[in-house]
Amino acid sequence: MAGQKASTSIEAVESGLAAQGYIASRQIATAVYLSQQIEKPILVEGPAGVGKTELAKAIAAWRGMKMIRLQCYEGLDEAKALYEWKYAKQLLYTQILKDKLGEVLGGAKTLHAALDQLHDFGDVFFSKEFVEPRPLLQALEQPGGCVLLIDEIDKSDAEFESLLLEILSDFQVTIPELGTVSAITPPTVILTSNSERDLGDALKRRCLHLHIGFPEQRLEERIVESRVPGISQTLRRQMVGFIHEIRSLDLKKLPSVSETIDWARVLVLLQATELDTEIVKDTLNVLLKYEADIEAAHPQITTFIAKAARSNVFG
Amino acid sequence: MRENLHRFFRAARGAGVHVSPAETIDAMRAVKQVGFSDRAILRDALLLTLAKSQDEKLALGDCFDLFFSQPEPPQDRPEADSNDDDTAQDADLSPSSDSSSEAGEGPPPEGLGPLAQMLLSQDRNAIQAAIATASGAASLSDIRYSTQRGIFSSRILDAMGLQRLRDDLDELTATNPSLAERLRDALDALREAVRDTVSQGLALYAREEAENLRNEILRNAPLARIERRQVAEMRALIRQIARRLRERYSKPRKRQRRGHLDVRRTLRRNAAWGGVPFLTAWKRKHRDRPKIVALCDVSGSVAQVSDFFLLLIHSLHEVVDDVRSFAFSSHLIEVSEILEKKSPEEAMAEIMSKVGFGSSDYGSSLVDFEHDFMSTLTPQTTVIVLGDARSNNLDPRADILRRISERSKRLVWLNPEGRLAWGFGDSEMPRYGTFCSVVRQCATAQQLERAVSDIVATYQ
Repeated sequence: MAGQKASTSIEAVESGLAAQGYIASRQIATAVYLSQQIEKPILVEGPAGVGKTELAKAIAAWRGMKMIRLQCYEGLDEAKALYEWKYAKQLLYTQILKDKLGEVLGGAKTLHAALDQLHDFGDVFFSKEFVEPRPLLQALEQPGGCVLLIDEIDKSDAEFESLLLEILSDFQVTIPELGTVSAITPPTVILTSNSERDLGDALKRRCLHLHIGFPEQRLEERIVESRVPGISQTLRRQMVGFIHEIRSLDLKKLPSVSETIDWARVLVLLQATELDTEIVKDTLNVLLKYEADIEAAHPQITTFIAKAARSNVFG
Repeated sequence: MRENLHRFFRAARGAGVHVSPAETIDAMRAVKQVGFSDRAILRDALLLTLAKSQDEKLALGDCFDLFFSQPEPPQDRPEADSNDDDTAQDADLSPSSDSSSEAGEGPPPEGLGPLAQMLLSQDRNAIQAAIATASGAASLSDIRYSTQRGIFSSRILDAMGLQRLRDDLDELTATNPSLAERLRDALDALREAVRDTVSQGLALYAREEAENLRNEILRNAPLARIERRQVAEMRALIRQIARRLRERYSKPRKRQRRGHLDVRRTLRRNAAWGGVPFLTAWKRKHRDRPKIVALCDVSGSVAQVSDFFLLLIHSLHEVVDDVRSFAFSSHLIEVSEILEKKSPEEAMAEIMSKVGFGSSDYGSSLVDFEHDFMSTLTPQTTVIVLGDARSNNLDPRADILRRISERSKRLVWLNPEGRLAWGFGDSEMPRYGTFCSVVRQCATAQQLERAVSDIVATYQ
């Protein structure tokens, strides 16, 4: 029973994402479905350019939610990710209220009485008014929920990872002066990583772990079809086949989906109808980003085109 | 089914996937959502919640396929199915013959034990279920070693009621020989099925234990004398060690150091109080990463140890800033580039073809080093010499080693020979030892790990 419901819901996720131009594999759709059902963040790993960030955008667009993005980098800290006090505003207000303060305290006879009165106003300057919410806090405060994208978490420091733990498991943060802020609606959290460094076990444990690799040929063709509608079917098949051949080479950086899409756009712009050696040689720099890679691929171009064309006939 | 999931978690741990209790809870919640009806979705859900890296995903996928390949015999064994058809016909025939014979002489089936009845009725699903229950009762998931297969098989059979079956069999042999014959065949088939179940259990649950045991033995085996077939395993072990060291030592090297005030950051941090420094910020100091110069003897028996040592040192990129490696036997060459560019096997073969297998001459190798590469040494460098210090009674040139020691941060000598052998025969170890910061024995993977770990730790 549950199984029946689940498989239809997973299909719903798939078609929902597809409507936003994101062609998801079954595994991705299952991950999105599960993260929603058991309220867990998804940690997406995979090579650059396979659509990790795009997934978050597609989910946000599909559910009609706001997307809040936190780009991680070395040295990112609490003040930039979570919250900061509006120091200038605090200072300005104390200046403006100086006279008022005199009035309020004027009534007090002794120093003790003045202090007691001051205590009543003590928390004024450390109230919500003066908190500048940064992405993480913003995400918790969205009444309708949101998609929180924590991008390239592997670029941040290990300390920042620990900071995230409370948010990821309980959807709350603790601000010493204010207390604990819980999410109004738990946000859908997507973390992405390029595996530049190994993430801590504590962080991994709190997430569903999704690995997005290079897509299969069929899936990639569908992705190109949805992203670059102007391309003819034969050319699409050929170019995707060609890219799959390229990926079998030992290169510094393999072309990923984003490069496939770029290349498809370029080919459409150049009004190519099918792949030939000339056009591939001219546009290879769209696919391969290192001089050494281009040199390595050069002698293989003709063979790859032939192979791609042949698989086309049978496929 | 919950029971099954728990057994699956154990099997997953056996396959080397780290499954914590919290993850099992997540997995249970996920499974509750997706249900059991679609195996592909179930697999995806378990992979998403339990496996936390690409390697783990592969291992867990295999484990899943192995684990869930058993409980549904009808889909599982097509050839058994065809057998089933035959036997089903038999069974179709036999009840009629039974019913006819019941009136006559044969003993009524009710007189038989439950196991005998089950076997005779050829109810495969019931038999499989009975085997599963019995293996639960015999706690098959505790199986650890292949030698335990026999005992677990007999335990399972006992739990299924083998004793009663034997009695029935004896009785039948006297009263109804043909039925007894059929029962005997069925019993043989049952034994086989149980044996298969146990073997599968072994594959599922015992892998972790077996691997630990093998690694333990491997860690303590002398590197110089391991067999050819173990070389690949040893390389895998060395890589594992490298990963562990990387995880331990590649943590950020920033640490606060009190003493120097960071004025800019202090002012900024205290803007809220009008610049009155309530909170202070201190300047940080970046720690140096280790710089290592390794001199490896590749003559004769030390070659194998050098091989593993170089593999280890060169897999520590994240931890070690700069490694320059040199290999020598009768003369010395730099091998850093060969090791960076080629696979371990090719690199070692090339190094061996260039300098290997000569009789070692420490003196002239040290001369080579001083002549060409002395400038690589800085006060931050740790120099590691790996060798047995057996110089074939040639001039050891310990004076060069002294100069190396003076120029570098530390000089560590790793000797594959045991302490007892140092100084005997042509060993120059005591003479070299006076100029070394540390001299230690390094014959097994474990000692190698400790040695490298200590060297890296001095930079933390």
